[in-house]
Amino acid sequence: MGLTLSEKILARKCGLNTVKPRDIVIAKVDCAMMTDILGPRVQIGDAMKRLGASVWDPERVVLIADHYTPAANEKQAEIVAYTRNWASEYGVSRYYEGQGACHQLLAEKGFDLPGSLIVGTDSHTCTSGALGAFGTGIGSTEMLGVLVTGEIWLKVPETVGIRWDGRLSPGVMAKDVILRVIKDLGHAGATYMALEFSGSAIRHMPVDERLCISNMAVEAGAKAGLIPPDEITLEYLESRAAQPYTALAPDPDAHYARTLTYGAAGLVPQAACPHEVDRVKDIPQLEGLDIDQVFLGSCTGGRMSDLTAAAAILKGRRVSPRCRLLVTPASQEVWIQALKAGVLETLADAGALIQAPTCGACAGLHSGVVGKGERCVSTTNRNFIGRMGSVQSEVYLTSPATAAATALEGRIADPRKYL
Amino acid sequence: MNAVGLNAVVIRGRAHKFGDNINTDIISPVKYMDLSPEAMSEHAMEAIDPGFAAKVKPGDILVAGQNFGSGSSRETAPLSLKHTGISAVVAVFFARIFYRNAINLGLPALELAESESVRDGDDLEIRLLDGWIHNHTQNRQYAFSPMPLKLLQMIQAGGLAAQLEQRLHIDKIK
Repeated sequence: MGLTLSEKILARKCGLNTVKPRDIVIAKVDCAMMTDILGPRVQIGDAMKRLGASVWDPERVVLIADHYTPAANEKQAEIVAYTRNWASEYGVSRYYEGQGACHQLLAEKGFDLPGSLIVGTDSHTCTSGALGAFGTGIGSTEMLGVLVTGEIWLKVPETVGIRWDGRLSPGVMAKDVILRVIKDLGHAGATYMALEFSGSAIRHMPVDERLCISNMAVEAGAKAGLIPPDEITLEYLESRAAQPYTALAPDPDAHYARTLTYGAAGLVPQAACPHEVDRVKDIPQLEGLDIDQVFLGSCTGGRMSDLTAAAAILKGRRVSPRCRLLVTPASQEVWIQALKAGVLETLADAGALIQAPTCGACAGLHSGVVGKGERCVSTTNRNFIGRMGSVQSEVYLTSPATAAATALEGRIADPRKYL
Repeated sequence: MNAVGLNAVVIRGRAHKFGDNINTDIISPVKYMDLSPEAMSEHAMEAIDPGFAAKVKPGDILVAGQNFGSGSSRETAPLSLKHTGISAVVAVFFARIFYRNAINLGLPALELAESESVRDGDDLEIRLLDGWIHNHTQNRQYAFSPMPLKLLQMIQAGGLAAQLEQRLHIDKIK
């Protein structure tokens, strides 16, 4: 029987011709990523000292200070400093600080390579699947094991096939696609499974949009969310790939635990309502709900295509005085690209506050925390209770287009009327 | 005191009962993640149960419904629970990363379909090796699949890192 993309990658990474779901394999890791908030400071630094261990291959470790940058207080600054010093002490030269959100940087800097196994101390490491890698989130102790041995034991997941045929309607984005999938799977519906996306709607998407889809696979409980590499993937990597790679594809006779099939044309803008990512409704059901803050940014919804989509709606218009619009590009590269393309100017002219590329607001750390009684529309990936600040605040997750339309009205709004 | 030391084969304490989909933002709120693990643990569960950490006594058991520990990969979630004194977590099922993190930290995570029938405050006794839980309050017994011996050894050692350290120490003595 043929293999799904996940099975094929994991087989290759443990030196076997084939694997099947539920096999436990010991796989070689291509890239181990840590952040500042869940980096060496949690368990790892102390344990490595006690063990007297060194990093198995510093070239394969990427350390990204993104959650506490720019630091909002002394404690955050100290954690970033600890992270920076740890990188230096253990010979990790791939250290990035204040350059953007880790998942965006793994893609931009060419670490997300087709066929590779990427582990990270952040649950959204499944983002790497957009470029045909098996990316998954792990805890600190597991990362300690990876740092020392370069290997990890994994249970081969079953794969759920997700197929989107046709073309999305104007004003409907990748975010709407993945929210709809999470609605149907449920937030634990793919626990211990991999998602594999296919169909013409996915194939037409630029890498920016694909990253948004894979990013949220974990919100259905999935271990990974892969998109088989194609010409768009290879073109994106042409100037970026950090090393040579072998693109793998699922076999035509691969076995899927189940397959969900959608027609893209019928999808309307979606929103995940408080406080669960699978509590998804169509935007027309929510229109008119008062909003205090719109957040456009993050590793889910702060890429160039996201900022461009928002700017197209905001161009020549003004953000409602009833709410504030905060923009944090996903990375410094996106920031500069959007600056040079005039996108930041359009957004700022409309009344947006343009901020540094950081995880701050998404995780309720800084740069856009919401207070008691406030309601936020956000292009990020989680709306758990208290996620962006007060436990008495509410977060609605939407696409960048919906976020822009909402900012104009100060109420949840359908972007399709501003196209 | 390490609540899951060498006596980890038998755990006895009060149940702290929660519902479905308790995510890592609830267990380990991000706004306290710049604190030490001990200080962080004082805020565990506070979004839905303020004062939780103060109520827990060493040996107590957290019992929840489906999908416990969903969300972030933060190991501070099981670490915080461990620091409050929680000695085992029982749920219908767990989110993947939390499950591995808990066991790697030496905190037993047990899947039990009957979790729903446990009430807050029930006096529970868990026999890790034998694979059963006795509910002394309701005079009921529940069976679960015992963990493999290798994982039990890891739990008794206090987690994967502690176990590695022990091994390293033994190697040096040899």
